[in-house]
Amino acid sequence: MATFFEQLINGLTIGSFYALVALGYSMVFGVMKLINFAHGDLFALGSYLGYTLLVASSSWVTVHFGLWGGMAIAMLFAFTGIGFAGVLMERVAYRPVYPAGRLSLVVSALGMSIFLQNGIMAIWGSRPQAYPAAVVPSTRFSLLGLPVTSLQVVILLVSFALMLAIWFIVEKTTFGAAIRATALDRSTATLMGIDVRVVIFFIFALGPALGGIAGVMNGMYYRAISFNMGWTYGLKAFTATILGGIGNIPGAMIGGLLLGLMESLFAGYVSGAWKDVFVFFILIVVLIWRPTGLLGEKTAEKV
Amino acid sequence: MATVLAIKNLVVNYGAVEALKGIDVELGEHDIVAVLGANGAGKTTLLKSISRIQAIKGGTIEYKGKDLVTAPAFRLAGLGISHVPEGRHVFATLTTEENLNLGAYGVRSMPAGKVMEKTKEWIFSLFPILKERRKQLAGTLSGGEQQMLAIGRGLISKPQVLLLDEPSLGLAPIIVQEIFRVIRQIHEEEGVSILLVEQNARKALAVARYGYILELGRIAIEGLACDLKNDERVRSAYLGGSKVSC
Repeated sequence: MATFFEQLINGLTIGSFYALVALGYSMVFGVMKLINFAHGDLFALGSYLGYTLLVASSSWVTVHFGLWGGMAIAMLFAFTGIGFAGVLMERVAYRPVYPAGRLSLVVSALGMSIFLQNGIMAIWGSRPQAYPAAVVPSTRFSLLGLPVTSLQVVILLVSFALMLAIWFIVEKTTFGAAIRATALDRSTATLMGIDVRVVIFFIFALGPALGGIAGVMNGMYYRAISFNMGWTYGLKAFTATILGGIGNIPGAMIGGLLLGLMESLFAGYVSGAWKDVFVFFILIVVLIWRPTGLLGEKTAEKV
Repeated sequence: MATVLAIKNLVVNYGAVEALKGIDVELGEHDIVAVLGANGAGKTTLLKSISRIQAIKGGTIEYKGKDLVTAPAFRLAGLGISHVPEGRHVFATLTTEENLNLGAYGVRSMPAGKVMEKTKEWIFSLFPILKERRKQLAGTLSGGEQQMLAIGRGLISKPQVLLLDEPSLGLAPIIVQEIFRVIRQIHEEEGVSILLVEQNARKALAVARYGYILELGRIAIEGLACDLKNDERVRSAYLGGSKVSC
């Protein structure tokens, strides 16, 4: 039973990383019909930005603002930085190739991914870096008799708050309706007076920015970060997106959490070494049996 | 009658194909003008050019004396021009109410809350069925209801000019009656100027003051609706040869 709860908490934690990254995939796909393969690398870049801020001048931020303050500032820093990077990426790598069609976009996205990975390697080196113990909160306590760390609790709270905020913006506000309208039919959205450029800007800022925050939390949770971590995380979050139903915001959240849970339960009970195989096996199964994902895209016939 | 919308020498190309070969169209204040013609004559292209979602090759489009060609497409709704596109194009996975709300998205000066609710009540008085369907996804509405929603969505911004593209397309006669009743009503009660593109020439000429007949990107015939109805060429080609009273 102890293993089960440990893996449950662990699974929810990594699941919330997947969910946050999957949200970015899904938002960008919904509006642009583009699978942003560089999205995972933005997540990695976010991890490195947080790391750099925290270790800069002997953990100045942590010394002055405390462990949690430092974590909050690092997340805010990654959020802003990666949001900016996302917008820049759209300008540089995607906007110029829109007229050339979707295949060119995908190639451009793959190129962007390689560029980011190598950029991270060039700046921070090819050896993995580690978030120093001094900047990571590590209190352990027992919650209803279950062993958890305060970091896990904070990660879960932050992730759920972010997911709730995104769900609210997209599903409940007029601007959110404008985003969904743009995703469905761009030229009719324009007729409504929606400035599609603003929607695209917002999508490419917020989607990656969420990944940036997930990157920092992931770095704190596992401590070790490496330049090519974005590839695996990107693929897994992509699996989560497919699992929940691509283009579907609640689907991305559920898919992420579910994938994290399955992965960590598999690692706990079957084999840790085979957990990635299991994850991608799920991707294949979902693609075969339910290509539209668990929540699927709500399809409505136009009469 | 003061001119609200003046189109001069409009040319539009799709690749090598000339869809519009230099046409002049005018719409006055408190006016209904019908644009008739067969499929591929360029009627929809004309409306799309006005609302700027179709790039034009040449000519001018003026709205109340101001050049529209330089305005970005998304600004038009705010300027008072509303386009109800052909095939309705309601946002299928949004609710009826969300669709209506988006109709007013481009209108900056429109205060939210009370005024919006009042306008919505007006739309619901035009199309009572929409009120019942408020919370329903637009994609689950019937064709006629979707057309009503598309028109309601176009009216909620309280436009001065309404561009209506084939509002009767594919609808049951009884629904067509209702749509045309509303067209007449918004024109008489609210003074909305309407540029009406239709295949149903008889219906269109019954509500319009003036009409243009497009053939292969050119204006073949134009004139007061009454004169068109009695024109021999129009009668045989668009009204099925029968005599229509004026």
